[in-house]
Amino acid sequence: MKRAFPIFAVPTALLLGYAFYEAMWVAPMERTMGDVQRIFYYHVPSAWTAFLLFFVNLVASVTYLVRRNPKADAVALVSAEVGVVFCTIVLVTGPIWARPVWGIWWTWDIRLTTTLVLWLIYVSYLVLRRFSDSSQTPKLAAVLAIFGALDVPLVYFSIWFFRTQHPQPVIGGGGSIDPRMLHVLLINWLAFSCFAVMLCWARYRLERLHREVEEAESMESLHESTR
Amino acid sequence: MSSLRSVTWATIAKDIRLEWRSKDALNSMLFFSLLVVVIFSFSFDPTAEESREIAGGLIWVAFLFAAVVALNQTWARELRNQVLDAYRVSPAPATALFLAKALGNLILVSLLEALMAPLFMIFYNLRALGPAWQLIPVALLGTWALVVNGTFFAAMSLRTRSREIMLPLLLFPISIPAVQSMVEATRIILAGDGNARFWIILLLTYDVVFTTACLALFETVLQAE
Repeated sequence: MKRAFPIFAVPTALLLGYAFYEAMWVAPMERTMGDVQRIFYYHVPSAWTAFLLFFVNLVASVTYLVRRNPKADAVALVSAEVGVVFCTIVLVTGPIWARPVWGIWWTWDIRLTTTLVLWLIYVSYLVLRRFSDSSQTPKLAAVLAIFGALDVPLVYFSIWFFRTQHPQPVIGGGGSIDPRMLHVLLINWLAFSCFAVMLCWARYRLERLHREVEEAESMESLHESTR
Repeated sequence: MSSLRSVTWATIAKDIRLEWRSKDALNSMLFFSLLVVVIFSFSFDPTAEESREIAGGLIWVAFLFAAVVALNQTWARELRNQVLDAYRVSPAPATALFLAKALGNLILVSLLEALMAPLFMIFYNLRALGPAWQLIPVALLGTWALVVNGTFFAAMSLRTRSREIMLPLLLFPISIPAVQSMVEATRIILAGDGNARFWIILLLTYDVVFTTACLALFETVLQAE
């Protein structure tokens, strides 16, 4: 396992570099928006990665509640943390693009609001984990993750009522996209997914080590107190 | 089923009797929301036309904050003398305890709303242009939406450090669709433009989904120690 990590990390770094080159120089210039449109190659892959990680978090949380397997809890924690990072990238790159194109930084549009609420829910999830230091934290966090997942469709419907300003989804939606742009987008998505897997992997190992150390420490103090 | 009903009823009766004798939660909530009303009306100073548009938001934000005051005290009483530990070993169903606490909070917050609503009407010169009776289902469904999750998260935050601040941090993000529905429904009814039916149905859905989730998962939270 230890050797597999660099074997995975090197191609991921190369892929990220290649994806950057593709996004900056190879992808054609958008006719009306100009260069600012290139942020799209970071915004969309980050969003997909964040949503995927939040989904992983839900599956891991349910698994933990059913099986009580500490590994599932570590996966849930790690996916929520990395998911929040990618979700933050989405929420930061969005307004940077929106300001020159729409003329406003933010609008209470369906996708923006849902993403923001999702981000808020997962930040509160991380806050709960941080503030709760009993051995029951995983259980409580898993319950909160399920509540968050139940909330997302309701948030979506509650904003669905308003006119939506966000560009239609380019894949499977009404929008159209230049095939060269799509190509660059997919390369970036692959690179970001690999990068997210790498981050989760490193963080997961760290978390496992951290728990092992904690366990060893408590065992040691128990040992000392009995001596 | 009969044990569920008798335990629920006994717990509600006990909580209400305690609250009636001390009036701690009700008084602090009433004064708190009165302060919010006064501060809001200083900060906005709206005309009658504007206040119809913004009153829904003001009312519900005031009630949301006031409800947190009550919700934070829900379980505090049971922590003393290890009542919750006794509850864990007793054969009484956990859902009965949860239902009793949530219904108790519903009664308390509804009472607060009934007392505060006339004050809002006076301070903001409100008169509903739409069907005013619809405000009652909106208020009941909205209050239940706040207290059912609030009671649940208050139980969750018992095991955290600084639990008083933890409750709003957990409750507010999850409550966003409910708060939005209440505010929009109230605004539509007060301003009389359009139909509030969509928002009432959304509130009802929210209530059904989260009541089910709370009842299903409360046992896990209660046993977590």
